Amino acid sequence: MSELRHEILHLSNVSRHFSGLKALSDVSLSVNKGEVVGLIGPNGAGKTTLVNTICGVTPASSGVVTFDGRDITRIKTYQSARLGLSRTFQIVQPFAEYSALDNVAAAALFSQPGESLKSAREAARAHLAFVGLDAQADQSAATLTLAMRKRLELAKALAMKPKLLFLDEVNAGLNSAEVERATKLIHQLAADGITIVMIEHLMKVVLNVCTRIAVLHNGRLIADGAPRDIIRDPAVVDAYLGQQYAQRNAARG
Amino acid sequence: MTRTNIALLVLIACVAALPLFGDAYAMRLGTMACMYAIFALSWNIVGGFAGYPSFATAAFFGLGAYTTGILMNKGVPLSVSLLGALVLCLVLAAALGAVLLRLRGHYFAIASLSLVEVFRELVNNATDLTGGGMGLNIPLVSGSSVLSDATFFFYAMWGLLLLTALVVIAVSASKLGFGLNCIRQNETASNMVGLNSTLHKAVAFGLSACFVGAAGGLYAAWVHYIDPSDVFDILYSVKPIVMALMGGLGSPLGVVCGAFVYLGLEEVVWRNYIQIHSGVLGVLIILLLLFLPHGLISLHASKIWRGLFGRKAKHV
Ligand SMILES: Nc1ncnc2c1ncn2[C@@H]1O[C@H](COP(=O)(O)OP(=O)(O)OP(=O)(O)O)[C@@H](O)[C@H]1O
Ligand SMILES: [Mg+2]
Repeated sequence: MSELRHEILHLSNVSRHFSGLKALSDVSLSVNKGEVVGLIGPNGAGKTTLVNTICGVTPASSGVVTFDGRDITRIKTYQSARLGLSRTFQIVQPFAEYSALDNVAAAALFSQPGESLKSAREAARAHLAFVGLDAQADQSAATLTLAMRKRLELAKALAMKPKLLFLDEVNAGLNSAEVERATKLIHQLAADGITIVMIEHLMKVVLNVCTRIAVLHNGRLIADGAPRDIIRDPAVVDAYLGQQYAQRNAARG
Repeated sequence: MTRTNIALLVLIACVAALPLFGDAYAMRLGTMACMYAIFALSWNIVGGFAGYPSFATAAFFGLGAYTTGILMNKGVPLSVSLLGALVLCLVLAAALGAVLLRLRGHYFAIASLSLVEVFRELVNNATDLTGGGMGLNIPLVSGSSVLSDATFFFYAMWGLLLLTALVVIAVSASKLGFGLNCIRQNETASNMVGLNSTLHKAVAFGLSACFVGAAGGLYAAWVHYIDPSDVFDILYSVKPIVMALMGGLGSPLGVVCGAFVYLGLEEVVWRNYIQIHSGVLGVLIILLLLFLPHGLISLHASKIWRGLFGRKAKHV
């Protein structure tokens, strides 16, 4: 019973087709408050689609999504944002002409009805400082490096005061120093009690920060459990991690 | 308020002085200048801020003209008729906008263009109300004895321009304007941060139609006679886009400068090349767009200065 009370997101039998292509089939998943769930799987497995489906970008063809006890299956994207669902984009989506500050201000401004532009900009400064972009506040987003734009995405998502945060490959394309920096930020967010679902290909990062791992393959959820069980799961090794990874892992003990 | 917006208001204030110097011809030109500026400022709300290239200007110009004409024929005073045209265009455009602005790019452009055709056909067929293809006579405005007709309509159009400019400036500084700029830059991201883009676009389309509708109403009362092919002329849709491109997309000051320059070109070319004026005008527009792709507004005083004297300095 206490388990249920802490559940923040629940998917039951969610499917999504794209004219014949089954991007998601019968996915059932639940996320509890305070968890950091890793969502892994090969390219094209449906990970991004799952986030899009929850956020109302590509609504479910069938099944039910509930968030914080409310049915959000048919919700509009902007409404899901106002309920406390926020996400970073795998392919960064800045407002290119706006300054970094105004990018984050936009997120604070529109996700909180009644917010004024002035107070949104003030809040934006704090979030930029958190991700280490305060020096770039007045620079237009188009001029930022990829690593900076990824952090800008994160600052925008945080400015929305998320109850549930989706991180879609925030580390893709970053060098190892940048990855380390981003991982630190994620740790900090988790410590602040934000519930996180992160899509990530770097197993090192996943194992470092996630309390649970869910695995998608061909649109199906093939495993869901504690990290140390998942990396030994033969189905997951077969579909995604590969024999080499499993052997290396076993060798390390 | 930003410096360019102050410059815009100063520019409009200068236009108000025209009757001190002008004859009847200048007054006519001044009225047209104000009307074009209203078109350009209005188009800029949806085309410049939100980035949706609308061809619907003629649709709401005609609708406003006919609404005003019909109301005045029923004995409603001009001011109330204009208000009626403005409100009707605002509400109807907002409703249509919520649907049409789901389309993007070329699809939206074509859909907005077809609005002109649809409205024209409706007016053509509602013969009882509109006189159909025969056109509609509009009664003279009472009280025009006090001021001369030309002066009255000049100031009326100027007042409408001032109102349009004030609203556009207010929008550009507001949450609505901020959101429209977000939509132009990245609509996916806009929705994702909680921006209701459908609502924003609908309001923007409504605002971009209402002053054009009122201008259509003033135009109808000014010329006393309208017919469908006159007020639903596609050129009314195309001109504001050219003005905005010439002046500098997105900048209210830029598009108003664009409107004035466009009108100037149109007049000069028309007077000197009456046989081939549209051809000459077309070539001039293409040249301007080629050599000033970011519009007149990109010609900052400092850049001109550098352009003139910067090179000289290098030789020294
Ligand atoms: N809007 C869409 N329209 C059509 N097909 C889509 C759409 N979005 C995703 N797909 C398809 O759905 C499948 C799953 O794609 P998705 O982007 O969710 O994969 P992913 O697990 O995020 O992969 P990656 O690791 O490469 O990011 C792919 O075959 C993709 O082509
Ligand atoms: Mg993906």
